[in-house]
Amino acid sequence: MFQKTVKMKTNQRFDSSTNHLIAYPLHLADNALILGHRDSEWTGHGPILEQDIALSNIALDLIGQARNFYQYAAKLKADGSTEDTLAYLRDVNEFKNCLLVEQPNGDWGQTVTRQFLFSTYQYFLYQQLQHCSDKTIASIAEKGLKEVTYHTRWSSEWIIRLGDGTDESHTRMKNALNHLWEFTDELFIQSSYETGVAKHGIRVDHALIKEQWYEKVRSVLSEATLSIPESSQQKRENLGKEGHHTEHLYEILSEMQSLQRALPGCEW
Amino acid sequence: MNAVNNHISPKDLSETGIWNLMKDIYDPEIPVISIVDLGIVRSVELRELNKAEPKVTVTITPTYSGCPAMDVITMNIRMKLLEHGYKNIHIKTILSPAWTTDWMSREGKEKLAAFGIAPPNPSQSVCTLDLFQEQEVVQCPRCKSYHTKMVSRFGSTACKALYQCIDCNEPFDYFKCH
Repeated sequence: MFQKTVKMKTNQRFDSSTNHLIAYPLHLADNALILGHRDSEWTGHGPILEQDIALSNIALDLIGQARNFYQYAAKLKADGSTEDTLAYLRDVNEFKNCLLVEQPNGDWGQTVTRQFLFSTYQYFLYQQLQHCSDKTIASIAEKGLKEVTYHTRWSSEWIIRLGDGTDESHTRMKNALNHLWEFTDELFIQSSYETGVAKHGIRVDHALIKEQWYEKVRSVLSEATLSIPESSQQKRENLGKEGHHTEHLYEILSEMQSLQRALPGCEW
Repeated sequence: MNAVNNHISPKDLSETGIWNLMKDIYDPEIPVISIVDLGIVRSVELRELNKAEPKVTVTITPTYSGCPAMDVITMNIRMKLLEHGYKNIHIKTILSPAWTTDWMSREGKEKLAAFGIAPPNPSQSVCTLDLFQEQEVVQCPRCKSYHTKMVSRFGSTACKALYQCIDCNEPFDYFKCH
């Protein structure tokens, strides 16, 4: 339920380590919310009923994980923020999701490719996070891991069906991979707050995740008769994790946040 | 619906009594199984018995991260406790240890089957990363045949899958292992 007023404690002083401890669950929440929102855009438009329902349920899982992380971030902020104010009232440059999840759905092939690349990363990330020293993050990851296992499996199976499918499906998958591959680098680049929270025991071995991710991606793509695209020489400087987003996030938020911004504090 | 009591009579004050109240709260989508049978209620605590309003804490855990029934269940717990005169109510949600169908009671499974929903198989059938897994063999709750097939991994709710019996042709929901 949406709170009618948000009392901000303007005199509360945050040092950077507190900021990092808040930024990290916000980042995890934003990844889940934005991808969940993108997936939910397929609801009612899926190619087959069962897949429409499957992707909608995947969206629901992700939004549930986002809620858990937002509730935690709101508790840490302790300034009247709620899961709703964090999701619906922050501006584009305050969102910390990676650029991969805000990319448009495109065709079914592009959607499952985006899901595959991200869910595989989320799987190995949550596998580590469920053991981290922050009990709340660990428990959200432990719970989410069961669901993410299915997301990874579901999307892997689709990569194979479409990659090793017809000429048309194979071409579409090749295009999807070529388009999305450049956004995968960011997954393994540590943001300032990911480095910051490591000092508080929330240590994620990004090099290990990258290795595990690459191995899984390579093996699924190989079975799908698809090749790994060549990495672009140009490294993207601006990271979604640090609040630098493409125009796509503007589009998402202007739709997702439109009701709360038009009628602040409105409730069912 | 009972009228709201203004006092809790001393003989009603017990954690066992509150557990019994929880057994009367059903899953909003599956009206034959209680939140106790589902393993959603993890603990009940009654403290400060000497005070005018003893403190009740019910700890619950969600089945799936995004389960939309949890808000309704929380509200129903609060309503049930208010109806029985408790006022100092705290409902805590915990995520760890993660909910699993292993926590579903035997009675709960029997009630599901009687209602026409196939209860979850033992949890070694839980989803792994293995691709194109063999589907779990699920028994038809109507004709008891094992000659069944999965129609969709998702049914009317996130926790259920849609199956069809090849022998009697009837579709049925299966409560998935998780």
